[in-house]
Amino acid sequence: MVMEKVDLNLVYKRPESLATATTHYCPGCTHGTAHRLVAEVLDEMGVREKTIGVAPVGCSVFAYDYFNHDYVEAAHGRAPAMATGIKRVRPENTVYAYQGDGDLASIGMAEIVHAAIRGENITVIFVNNAIYGMTGGQMAPTTLPGMKTTSSPNGRDVEDAGYPIRMSEMLATIDGASYVVRRSLHNPANIRKAKKAIRKAFEVQERGLGFSIVELLSSCPTNWKLTPVQALNFIEEQMVPYFPLEDFKVMPEVKAIRV
Amino acid sequence: MAKELLKGNEAFAEAAVRAGLEGFFGYPITPSTEFLEYMAKRMPSVGRAFVQAESEVAAINMVYGAACAGKRTMTATSSPGLSLMGEALSYIAGTEVPAVVANVMRGGPGLGNIAPSQGDYNQMVKGGGHGDYFPIVLAPASVQEAIDYITLAFDLADKYRSLVFVAVDGNLGQMMEPAELPPMRELPEKPPEWAAYGAKDREPNRLSSIYIDAPEEEVANVRFVKQWIEIEKNEVIYKEYDLDDAEIAVISFGVAGRVCSSAVRVAREEGIKVGLFRPITLAPFPKKEIAELSKRVRRILVVEMNSGMMLEDVKQAVAGRAPIEFYGRMGGMTPFPDEILDEIRRVDQSDEEIADGMERIEWLERLEERIERGE
Repeated sequence: MVMEKVDLNLVYKRPESLATATTHYCPGCTHGTAHRLVAEVLDEMGVREKTIGVAPVGCSVFAYDYFNHDYVEAAHGRAPAMATGIKRVRPENTVYAYQGDGDLASIGMAEIVHAAIRGENITVIFVNNAIYGMTGGQMAPTTLPGMKTTSSPNGRDVEDAGYPIRMSEMLATIDGASYVVRRSLHNPANIRKAKKAIRKAFEVQERGLGFSIVELLSSCPTNWKLTPVQALNFIEEQMVPYFPLEDFKVMPEVKAIRV
Repeated sequence: MAKELLKGNEAFAEAAVRAGLEGFFGYPITPSTEFLEYMAKRMPSVGRAFVQAESEVAAINMVYGAACAGKRTMTATSSPGLSLMGEALSYIAGTEVPAVVANVMRGGPGLGNIAPSQGDYNQMVKGGGHGDYFPIVLAPASVQEAIDYITLAFDLADKYRSLVFVAVDGNLGQMMEPAELPPMRELPEKPPEWAAYGAKDREPNRLSSIYIDAPEEEVANVRFVKQWIEIEKNEVIYKEYDLDDAEIAVISFGVAGRVCSSAVRVAREEGIKVGLFRPITLAPFPKKEIAELSKRVRRILVVEMNSGMMLEDVKQAVAGRAPIEFYGRMGGMTPFPDEILDEIRRVDQSDEEIADGMERIEWLERLEERIERGE
């Protein structure tokens, strides 16, 4: 058989900013998507070689192994403080924290709020899947009312456990925050919008415009006890109504950035 | 440079700047606050990083970040603040990054008070955070020594990629005395190879205290212990006063040691053959030297501004070769030279054996009498 020579157009490849490691994430988890979006953005901006990531404690605790750039591993909730320390002594580097909802909105509440207050010139990728994944599915500060978890076995009772915190809305009230938006990873259209927001957030940092955060609604089929497809539907039907996908704070200088 | 009259905390802060400090992160707490206030002016004036953090927790995690980034970094705090830092101190040790913490100690436990104390001996010397790790602890006794040992702290931290505490008794932070500052050091041109500074033309550096597989963590633990043995071999520092012909050895550190040196001088004038052994490195502890000392003296008196924390380490080093007596003040009380002199006179007259634990019971009786007299 004679093979006919064809011109191949490479349309999809692993971003250089992503390591060749196999992740430990569960099937249907959107952490992998979030990682890829960050890596694509770092590649496109050409900042991989000066980027330092700060990994959290939680499911993305091994994020430092999945990216192909310098990484440090923070204590639970302290990634914004650690990122502050790095950025202040290396302002020329691109510094970002990657955090989950337990890490950022519960134990790390003070650190994220004060990083925003100081207008730290860092970027935060906030993956909100409304549950503690790594420890096996406990109630998180963002767990929806009535949602069953191992520590709210009868569903989150707001009378007892309070209401979910809308972090982006709260952070948007802070003068020091320059770019605060929420996006979702439940379908391709939203993933594209999420990438755009991540790009914008890193552009904010690159231009020295201050604190930027992108909240990403994310799935956890394992601990939600749903199939991957059901989990994506859960985001759309249950999470988005509670956590609307909006731009909560875009400083005028940031508005001018086209990505 | 000539000697100047320097304020403790400010002089230590300036010493850190001159040692090449590039990031200071702190939170106000008495009696260490002047450190923070000085840095707030000084660091920006030389184009270096200063952040007043939202808490001690955040401050030490900023230090952790800057340390991972390969820059000389420190915080200054006081006892309750050190408790809050425990978690990150353990992470810093586990990640093997260099960092310096000045702990200007105050009376406790709890909120306690703001008077000088040595009550954090165990917390610093024995680790303070979770897991197996070995910080270096330096205990200066004067403003000059604090200046010198803060400089040394950075060098040791870098040499061993280790956590180094400078145990500053509250009095030192607040006192003024003549001292000389070292010249300003040049900043290094290149970051250390292991640090996170951007993976240009090299593989990424990943800094973490995680070893998720227990056998790998154990290998790391073995490395920590081996390095500590090396540090014990190389880095022990202590000072001796009048010990050559001494029959009584006073063992005391920091400001308590300084008060003891005054008492020892007077006792010598009275003809008592007494000398002072003052450990500078509380960790590594001068075990061998104290063991040797215990062979040539008749009796040992340990003096501290706590309930006898170093006492335990001295006992271990002495291993029963000489009777050990104890005298301590607690809760923010600093002993007067007269008190120590009374103790030296008493110890000189005594030749009784002391059963283990009795040194504390007898000390408490004497201390309670003193407290009743309002001394």
